[in-house]
Amino acid sequence: MCGIVGLFAKNPEVEANLGALLAPMLFEMSDRGPDSAGVAFYREPVAAGHTKLTLQHDDLNFDWSALRKGIKEKFGANKGIERRANHAVIVAHADAAPVEAWIEERYPDVKIMSAGEAIEIYKEVGRPEAFIETFDIKSLNGTHALGHTRMATESKVTTAGSHPFSTGLDLCLVHNGSLSNHNGLRRMLRREGIRFQTLNDTEVAAGYMMWRQREGDTLTEMMDNAFEDLDGFYTFLIGTRDGFSVVRDPIACKPAVLAETDEWVAMSSEYRSIATLPGAENAKTWEPAPATVYSWEKEAVR
Amino acid sequence: MTTATDVEVVDLATTPLRELNQRLHDGAAGGPLRWRIINPNGAHAVAVGVDAPFEIEIDGHTGYYTAGMNKHAHVRVNGNVGVGCGENIMSGSIHITGNASQACAATGRGGLVIVDGDAAARCGISMKGVEIVVKGSIGHMSAFMAQSGALVVCGDAGDSLGDSIYETHIYVRGSVEGLGADCIEKELKEFHREELGRLLTAAGADAKVDEFKRYGSARRLYNFNIDHAGEY
Repeated sequence: MCGIVGLFAKNPEVEANLGALLAPMLFEMSDRGPDSAGVAFYREPVAAGHTKLTLQHDDLNFDWSALRKGIKEKFGANKGIERRANHAVIVAHADAAPVEAWIEERYPDVKIMSAGEAIEIYKEVGRPEAFIETFDIKSLNGTHALGHTRMATESKVTTAGSHPFSTGLDLCLVHNGSLSNHNGLRRMLRREGIRFQTLNDTEVAAGYMMWRQREGDTLTEMMDNAFEDLDGFYTFLIGTRDGFSVVRDPIACKPAVLAETDEWVAMSSEYRSIATLPGAENAKTWEPAPATVYSWEKEAVR
Repeated sequence: MTTATDVEVVDLATTPLRELNQRLHDGAAGGPLRWRIINPNGAHAVAVGVDAPFEIEIDGHTGYYTAGMNKHAHVRVNGNVGVGCGENIMSGSIHITGNASQACAATGRGGLVIVDGDAAARCGISMKGVEIVVKGSIGHMSAFMAQSGALVVCGDAGDSLGDSIYETHIYVRGSVEGLGADCIEKELKEFHREELGRLLTAAGADAKVDEFKRYGSARRLYNFNIDHAGEY
């Protein structure tokens, strides 16, 4: 089953309250996905030449300050560690690739959830309401955010198997549905040098998108290729630095509702999430057509 | 003591859904005939399984299976409805002032379903006697394996309309993106003109009979044909 939510702010007030508005939307999707929950928030972009990383360690008492000290000595870090449960956000004065390689070599138990200028990904197993509480999701601000509640079908309930999946710098993916050709695709993508942490089908879709972007596809080209290559049913919500896109498979197996007002754009698997937003009753509300990409982007962000 | 003119108001912000539906089911034995349901906030299964000649008005958007299995009641939703509104409706009517999600009136056996806006994919899938009037457009795979009843679309129809259809009458005013297997355009005979005129009037639709085309079954998939065994 699984539930998906997304919220895109159109004014500073919604930006300031993004987490407080997204949390009830995510909570409403608990019935659709009680196994794990996760969010991607796009907030407080770092200065040019810097990379923001969200890191995770299974041990809640892991010594993040030692890791930060190492990164500061090697690359220069301009901000303190921002901890959120067993996740931590760190900003390094360097490109993402060398920092990620450095962390992977020295701290193999630390998982890199996301990297980019603005993205932060938090995800954990357990009920969505516990996740919202533990990670203090309501306190987060941001320009836009994506969320997911998972009902696991084809792979283990683990943190790494939770959504959102990072698909590259400032990019992420959440998914409702299931892919039937993910094993074959994973083998193909491994040959292309894409790495996988789990046996999850959505991670394969994320890896596929990473690969297509590396090959130079635009979002439209990437989705045209995905319609050909991904066999199965899906509603995808794709987060980018400046916005998000919604797309359903060509026969629209999985639900999706979109709503828009002058203040926000919201996406959810079901209307009851959107009903929690102020002004929802008068929002323009509709169901996205199959195999059609709907996108919203902030123009003045950069 | 309630009388027939009283309206029983139920606020779903404070009343559990099960309590509302239980009261509607118990109410067949007596009590209020007119109901108004407020603050549905996208809840699923609002007013399902009603088996009494109630007038039920729902103010706001609802979730899945709104007024499913409805018998005798006349339900009006002032808003949009989620997946499977009026699924397996037996009789009575459902009027949706907004849009309907997928599988509207699926498997419906009787009664009338009116959608003022658009209906998404699979509208009237496997319908078995229900009459559906959509004033806007409908999505793909609508009236799949439709067996009887009528589907009227004042706007356009999506791809694979009437795939594997039996005897449902489909009337479309606008364009049809594509016809499904064994579905063809058919002559609008006097019987159909009367049926279509009656349904347009019943739904209060601003459209003329002459603007519609009729679609139905070519009846080539009806029976197993041993000569075509390789094609099944």
